[in-house]
Amino acid sequence: MAIIRGASLVLALLGVLQGPAAWAQQKSITVASTTSTENSGFFKHILPLFKTRTGIEVRVVAQGTGQALDTGKRGDADVVFVHDRVKELALVRDGAFVNRHDVMYNDFVVVGPKADPARVSGGRDVVAALRKIASAKAPFVSRGDKSGTHAAELRLWQAADVDPAVGKGGWYRETGSGMGATLNTASGMNAYSLTDRGTWLSFRNRGDLLIVVEGDQKLFNQYGVMLVNPAKHAHVKKEAAQAFVDWLVSVEGQKAIADYKINGEQLFFPSAGR
Amino acid sequence: MNSLGEAFGAAWRLLVGFDAELAQVVGLSLQVSITAVMLATLIGLPLGAVIAVERFCGRQTLIVLLNALMGLPPVVVGLLVYLLLSRAGPLGSLGILFTPQAMIIAQTVLIAPIIAALSRQTIEDAWREYEEQLRSLGAHRLTAGMTLIWDTRFSLLTIILAGFGRAVAEVGAVMIVGGNIDGVTRVMTTAIALETSKGDLPLALGLGIVLITLVVVLNGLVAVIREAALRRYG
Amino acid sequence: MLPLELNGLSFAVGDTRIIRGITARIEAGPRTVILGPNGAGKSVLMRLCHGLLAPTDGRITWHGARNGDVRRHQAMVFQRPVMLRRSALANVMYGLVLAGKSRRESELRAMDVLEVVGLAPHASRPARVLSGGEQQRLALARAWALGPEVLFLDEPTANLDPSATQDIEHIINAIHASGTKIIMTTHNLGQARRLGDEILFLSNGRLMERTPIDRFFREPASPEAAAFIKGELPWQ
Repeated sequence: MAIIRGASLVLALLGVLQGPAAWAQQKSITVASTTSTENSGFFKHILPLFKTRTGIEVRVVAQGTGQALDTGKRGDADVVFVHDRVKELALVRDGAFVNRHDVMYNDFVVVGPKADPARVSGGRDVVAALRKIASAKAPFVSRGDKSGTHAAELRLWQAADVDPAVGKGGWYRETGSGMGATLNTASGMNAYSLTDRGTWLSFRNRGDLLIVVEGDQKLFNQYGVMLVNPAKHAHVKKEAAQAFVDWLVSVEGQKAIADYKINGEQLFFPSAGR
Repeated sequence: MNSLGEAFGAAWRLLVGFDAELAQVVGLSLQVSITAVMLATLIGLPLGAVIAVERFCGRQTLIVLLNALMGLPPVVVGLLVYLLLSRAGPLGSLGILFTPQAMIIAQTVLIAPIIAALSRQTIEDAWREYEEQLRSLGAHRLTAGMTLIWDTRFSLLTIILAGFGRAVAEVGAVMIVGGNIDGVTRVMTTAIALETSKGDLPLALGLGIVLITLVVVLNGLVAVIREAALRRYG
Repeated sequence: MLPLELNGLSFAVGDTRIIRGITARIEAGPRTVILGPNGAGKSVLMRLCHGLLAPTDGRITWHGARNGDVRRHQAMVFQRPVMLRRSALANVMYGLVLAGKSRRESELRAMDVLEVVGLAPHASRPARVLSGGEQQRLALARAWALGPEVLFLDEPTANLDPSATQDIEHIINAIHASGTKIIMTTHNLGQARRLGDEILFLSNGRLMERTPIDRFFREPASPEAAAFIKGELPWQ
């Protein structure tokens, strides 16, 4: 008796153990993207639109930019959709990806405590603001995880002629984690940080933090989409993946991107073909 | 402390509302961890029994190793399984990375040592008590092992529950090999991690309370079954 | 299987010699009681004969064959009964099923034996909830059900009260009457007198003497035995 009950439970659970073939039969592709894009709710908005149009299910694995690019290189995804133009182009040259298309951009903002110890609030010059933060030795939390955001941050410090490593462990804190976790830390420490607007708009644990610097051209963040090279990885679902890439840069896709708003604010700005 | 109150509020709303998305996430958590603990028991229990009753060269070293493996960090297991199942890895052609199967494999690897090590200890303790009598009755070591497994079944059940607890509570392994894909590989712990990273701490904690409630209910059910069986078999 | 021959049997653990060169020939028939003070080596001797321990020197020979898989025709009851976590009936059936009997046969035989020892009403109760005396009776039933040629008993009533002891002794006699050879250890003189036909007296691992029961208490051959008898109170 108990044996029969046990066996039926096993069979029910084995529904989970259908072979990988079953998963592949539904039309689906795997896209490696970034946690900031996922956290902003962007995919929840556009993927259903794509599915309605093509019937293709898109499975997004949200990792840091560095990890996502690595996932693509290994062939564990069909498409990579991140925001580190420099690294992306380098990998296309290396043959890991077929080519790169601009899709959209969003912008970064600097957030900081209401008390604003470095006196940067209201500014539009991010480089000047960073210089002030460094000289005031005001606490600054960085992602420190080789993500697109992290890469952008480091480029800004360079432009400001500041080596943040000097303040490591002191006023400059690296969390080695995603945007959300980093903001949690910044909120807890009442520190400055660099974040993408999307994550900030949907972030619920702001504490005393608010946007202190925005609008600088240097804060614009370019997203690119790339197809994993089928020549290197034969199993890549190239038709379905190409369909996704094509849709993102199409008029319809670009409109869907522009339509995504949080609290009436647009997060991402279409930039294909520019 | 206000967050805590908000969290309980969120948990209550989640439980009362119990929408399709939550049901899916809870269901997947249970599917993955229950399957993993069943597989881990199939592997770990006989292994533990054999080590308990047999004597062989290197036995002590194996026991030390098994005990140490109980402390395997989930994130390390996740990484190892990821490298195995990645397309760039040896088992890449299976194509099961970022699927529930990969998550089951990772959790099985994580808990099999726990079940093996603890059942080894339990059965060895019983063997010390039963050895002479069982040998006198004509049981060879392997038969004795099976008899001991049945006789220590209540202790073993607790061990299996411990394994399940470890599996359903971990996030490091399933996050890496599953990818936390919405609707496909998102389980309770990875959902909690996601909501935390979005800064929605009350919701994250609320999900945590739902998870704990689930595990408590499950343990309660097992306790009831155990009591009934105990009364029957003594 | 009988006679059982012990030839210069010795057993040591490390440097400690527990059994020193015992030579004896045990025949079928009389109830053999191994008597001696605590620490004399009685339990170890039993385990050597039953094959649970291997001698460090000397030989054990059953009816011409070496102590190989003769365990089939022997059974042993220990001082503390070890019951499996299942019903009394299932416990008795365990050895029978192991010996290759069908479940049906085993169940019938087990019920028969439980009847004889007076435990039939408890057949489906968990063995572990029975009292100490009942569990020991169950252990005897379990051993007897196997139909052994030789039954070893190691201080079977040392932990039991007088009334339970009496029950056990009756059953032992019944088993003897059914044709099984009884080899038993005890340190209790009264029990030896009641249950023994011949006495093997052990002291410090050595076989001091081997005497039929009636003569042993009147004129023990060895000074150690004499001291032992004098030292023990008659009603123990």
